[in-house]
Amino acid sequence: MGAAKQAVHADAGGEIDVSVVERTAAAGRATAERKILPIVEGVVLVAALLAPLVLQDYLTVFATRVIILALFALSFDLVWGYAGIMSFGQALFFGSAGYGVALLARDLDITNIFLVLPAGTLIGLTFALLLGGFLLLGRHPSSVIFVSLGTLTGSYAADRLARGWYYLGGQNGIPSIAPMSLGGYDFTEGPAFYYLVLGILVVVYLLCRFLVRSQFGLALAGLRENEQRIAFFGYKAQHLKAIIFTIGGAIAGLAGSLYAFHEGFVWPNMVGVVVSTQVVLYVLFGGSGTLIGAVIGTVIVEGVSFWLSDNYRDIWPIILGLLLLLVILFRPLGLISFVLGERERVGSFGAKPKEKRNAAP
Amino acid sequence: MPLLEAAGIKKVFGKLTALDGAALTVGENEFHGLIGPNGSGKSTLMKCIAGAEVPTQGKVSFVNTDITAFTPTERARAGMSLKFQITSVLPTLTLYDNILLALQAQCSLLDLVFSRTRGLLHDQVMTMLTQFRLADRAFDAAAALSHGQQQWLEIAMALAGKPKLLLLDEPTGGMSLEERRVTGELLQPIKQHCSLVIVEHDLDFIRDICDRLTVIDQGKVLASGTVSEIQANKSVQEIYLRRA
Repeated sequence: MGAAKQAVHADAGGEIDVSVVERTAAAGRATAERKILPIVEGVVLVAALLAPLVLQDYLTVFATRVIILALFALSFDLVWGYAGIMSFGQALFFGSAGYGVALLARDLDITNIFLVLPAGTLIGLTFALLLGGFLLLGRHPSSVIFVSLGTLTGSYAADRLARGWYYLGGQNGIPSIAPMSLGGYDFTEGPAFYYLVLGILVVVYLLCRFLVRSQFGLALAGLRENEQRIAFFGYKAQHLKAIIFTIGGAIAGLAGSLYAFHEGFVWPNMVGVVVSTQVVLYVLFGGSGTLIGAVIGTVIVEGVSFWLSDNYRDIWPIILGLLLLLVILFRPLGLISFVLGERERVGSFGAKPKEKRNAAP
Repeated sequence: MPLLEAAGIKKVFGKLTALDGAALTVGENEFHGLIGPNGSGKSTLMKCIAGAEVPTQGKVSFVNTDITAFTPTERARAGMSLKFQITSVLPTLTLYDNILLALQAQCSLLDLVFSRTRGLLHDQVMTMLTQFRLADRAFDAAAALSHGQQQWLEIAMALAGKPKLLLLDEPTGGMSLEERRVTGELLQPIKQHCSLVIVEHDLDFIRDICDRLTVIDQGKVLASGTVSEIQANKSVQEIYLRRA
């Protein structure tokens, strides 16, 4: 490759042989692409599919909760890891959808899966559109501080509101939500619920992957790395931000409605700052800017807390906190960066261009 | 009608008056050099034209439209492009994706989501990379380029959207003599479809490629004219050229 490079430079004054150039570039790309990501994704998927077969029942219930939280983590990863919008209030969309479907079930007896899940998604989407529109859609770009404090305030205010509002059950939240149903079947805790949320996670994951690997994903990468620069190219950067923020809100809403039915109750923490922070930690721990990193981060943070709280009943939050600090200190790109190189993490965008002159010797 | 006309531009930062009634007129397919001592206000004038700063007073017209209040996005969509003084290529992306990012800026949202324009833009990406002698590095990360190559990549990105006017803020900063010479060569062909405003310290470089010059001193226009007029201008010689 070095020789080819020199040839191009030496030849630079005159005509450049584009076919040589393209072949060289293609060769460079082939060697650069050692596909680690699909392997990691495959391993995680197989492990997730087999989990209920080997886990005890109470652990399957725990695993279901983790998968729902992983779905929630994807929503934050899109917003922060891909678009660089610091949302400290992602639980607002998660929790408000949870409350919304809980009210549907309590007051209107609506528990049909085909009604409650779209409703929850819509609630998350709507709240994100309203908050995102307010925070992001100014004529001039809003500062990172403004957006992070704005989302944080939104989440905090929702928490206080839920605590004080009798209709929403105040401090106690809404207990004993009827199970989600399909025809005569009720989804209660267990393998069926587990595979349902796993299926939803896989579908949403694939949709997210499609999005972040498209040309839209390239625009998001530009947004994350240098918002001002892409505005000077003619991108409507604020619109892009509002769009991805709204998509993130919709996914958080979907996760929140599943969570409400799985746990059987909703409570003010679910919209508040604690859960908003938790999702930030999942993604930072696993590796922001990779979808699988968000999933792995959720599984490990939740798994480790579960184990620690069993074995070190009093001091486990301190141990967990130290562990998180260590990862963020030494592996700012998250655990996934142990196996995944920078180039593959950033990747490329859009369908691959057709290789020209493939047949040429 | 000139392509760009900035008149009576005043810019005040707190107590400092950076520009005090500066003006600049650029015709179609004209290479216009903006020179002046350090701190004279050339970069500020450039930023006021590009939309990175809003002038305190004055008016900027571009293609017969008053763009003084336009955002950078609106200016870009009107056909104006800017290369920053500090290189701001996106280091983690490949060269290919850097150019594609610039080229697809005005594609519709659906085109982007479904990657419908990538195939169409592929040839344009490779042409730009080839024109700027970077095609063999197309799939390397931009961070791996030398400083000079990053400047070229950035000029290529600024030109990708086929602007009517390109603003270059110190394109040869930090380049070797050879790289400067090549930069001049690379810029020549764009004259057929694009005007250029260039802020530069290297006077030889400016003399070689520009048609007209405007000399800024203490926030005002000291002189404006063809290269030979400026070279013959007594006050410019005294205040600027001799010192440099």
